[in-house]
Amino acid sequence: MAQMNMIEAIRSAHDVMMDKDPSVVVLGQDVGYFGGVFRCTDGLQRKYGEHRVIDAPITEGGIVAAAIGMGVNGLRPVAEIQFADYIYPGFDQIVSELARLRYRSCGEFFSPVTIRTPCGGGIRGGQTHSQSPEGIFTHVSGIKTVMPSNPYDAKGLLISAIESDDPVVFFEPKRIYNGPFDGDPEKPGVSWSSHPKGDVPEGYYTVPIGSAEVAMPGEELTVITYGTLVHVAIAAAKETGIDAEVIDVRTMAPLDVKTLADSVRKTGRCLIAHEATRFGGYGAELAATIQKECFYYLEGPIGRVAGWDTPYPHAFEWQYFPGLKRIASGMRRVLEAE
Amino acid sequence: MISKSRLYIPRPTARPGDEPDFSYLDLSPAGALDKPPIDARTRDIEYLSSGLVRVLDEDHTAKGPWNPGLDPEQLQVALRWMLLNRALDDRMWQIQRQGRISFYMQARGEEAVSIAQGMALRPGDMCFPSYRNQGLYLYRGVSLVDMMCQCLSNTRDMCKGRQLPIMYHSKEGNVFSISGNLATQFPQAVGWAMASAIKGEDHIAATWVGDGSTAEADFHHALTFAAVYQAPVILNVVNNQWAISTFQGTAGGQRRAFAARGLGLGIPGIRVDGNDLLAVYSATLWAADRARRGGGPTLIELVTYRGGAHSTSDDPTKYRPKDEWDAFPLGDPVERLKQHLIHEGHWTEEKHEEMWAELQAEVHAAWKEAQKFGTMTESPWLDPATMFDDVYDEMPAHLESQRRRMLEILSGE
Repeated sequence: MAQMNMIEAIRSAHDVMMDKDPSVVVLGQDVGYFGGVFRCTDGLQRKYGEHRVIDAPITEGGIVAAAIGMGVNGLRPVAEIQFADYIYPGFDQIVSELARLRYRSCGEFFSPVTIRTPCGGGIRGGQTHSQSPEGIFTHVSGIKTVMPSNPYDAKGLLISAIESDDPVVFFEPKRIYNGPFDGDPEKPGVSWSSHPKGDVPEGYYTVPIGSAEVAMPGEELTVITYGTLVHVAIAAAKETGIDAEVIDVRTMAPLDVKTLADSVRKTGRCLIAHEATRFGGYGAELAATIQKECFYYLEGPIGRVAGWDTPYPHAFEWQYFPGLKRIASGMRRVLEAE
Repeated sequence: MISKSRLYIPRPTARPGDEPDFSYLDLSPAGALDKPPIDARTRDIEYLSSGLVRVLDEDHTAKGPWNPGLDPEQLQVALRWMLLNRALDDRMWQIQRQGRISFYMQARGEEAVSIAQGMALRPGDMCFPSYRNQGLYLYRGVSLVDMMCQCLSNTRDMCKGRQLPIMYHSKEGNVFSISGNLATQFPQAVGWAMASAIKGEDHIAATWVGDGSTAEADFHHALTFAAVYQAPVILNVVNNQWAISTFQGTAGGQRRAFAARGLGLGIPGIRVDGNDLLAVYSATLWAADRARRGGGPTLIELVTYRGGAHSTSDDPTKYRPKDEWDAFPLGDPVERLKQHLIHEGHWTEEKHEEMWAELQAEVHAAWKEAQKFGTMTESPWLDPATMFDDVYDEMPAHLESQRRRMLEILSGE
């Protein structure tokens, strides 16, 4: 075991897979010589060469399309989109092409592309470096959507994504790249070294796509969340003294319904939390799923805490971000509801 | 001097009721353009993107340095493929008009593009076609029956009823799946070509878009990637003058030839008479050799004319002169190759009629055979449960559950 932050864990996943499988290639803006603006691919070009770690022009649509073509020709591309906020020029290639190629050609053609992209707020990034667009991708048939909340899962899930013959959009919550975040920006940052999930094997292992995890067991209510908010929810439970069970969804699509439903059947109450905006968001799918699976176990309405339905405001980040206070308040509301 | 800014609104030279007018087309005489060595520098061969590479002259002879010197048998075979493409299109068009398939798109007038380029490429080269490249699938070995069954969405449909007619694919023939979204295949082809070079293979990729969809961002993404990494790829723009009702000027064709689109990136462009099978073959072979030997991409503009409607859902009499194709100075690719062969003494009108009748019969027989696998109104039917297959490599639980539910409803539960 080694101590790794999420950046090191993601880099290690690349390294393990590039070493194991010569068909794995990496492309994206600044990923090569420089090693990525967040350093997730640092050192890979020196180790594996310029033909396997490719600095791409600023053209997200081109990066995704080129990766698709490479995948059709037998490579296993890992494409980095520098910020999830910039994924939209590549959206058509993801939705109309990557997601549907296997389907429309009845399995004759497919492209095993992994698209990594840092997402989420809490870094003073304003509206162009803070978005959480995962719900736009979970709505698309044919792709898998993943978001880890810690170094161990990040490495294991990324290896699974690279090995998957299906396309995977892999969201990396950048607020917790360097350490878990409890939702209070006034507190000094903490590192992953004191977190059990900061212990990461140096070699190959996988965390399966399609499995959620109980991040913290509890009895009073279930908080279903993912990414940065896993840590905020745990902190909120500790601060309020509520005996909450926090579920880390980890894979938004395909969804591990059983782990979620088992927890809600046990606690009878459910709060859903995500950073992304609320209206039409992924939380609505979670709420509908829980309502269907657990209706007769529910003791009150399912609650949701999410980003307000506005663009991400630079100056009002901590009023906007579903931080500790908002999640704590959401937990109380769900507990008090008749 | 214009005293204030104003918009220029591009308009075609002729609309319904007008005399067709192709005076806007810059034409070079057959044989007029030099053929440079394949390692020529882009800046030294810019003339190829503004001139027009032509081999077949008005008098039906083959002229100049681009004459590929194909032997008469090869030309007869090429003619046969073009005629087969046309016979298939004719029949499928009628069949759609009879309401027996939902939709069709013909390649009338553009057959030389797919056939000549198919011939110039090697079987291991990967094609990323547009929706008017059915000739590539035929040439790369997809049977008439399989093409027809795709259009019928029947039990032998390669797409299992998931795609509109004409959205073929052939893994075996190295012809990619047609998307239906325009120009998306262009940068994918560049990625495929990059992978070929990364793996150290000498296969190249070729891809096609229309003049209209050169305006898509994907077109420019492709050019950028191809130029930056010198990918072994041939980027083809089939300029058939019309994108449904929108003439090529609206995509920017009035200012400069589409072949010149790559010059700013250092990609050589060749503007070719797209209805001259010899010229298309020769230009494609030049670009393929260049790519295969590390010379990078070439952009080829194939100047042709969309002889038919855009699709069966389109009525071109509403927006262009009815007789415009008759006035097109580059004529009909089938007729031109036929006249060349006759002129050279290797073909006759009688042989031609005989071949045409034979191909029509072949298409007729294929249609009879295709219908055995089901039609829009007659069994056998595709199993609707298959609609849930191939969304993912392995079917996830939510799709299994939806499939189960659909089958329950279908069985009346």
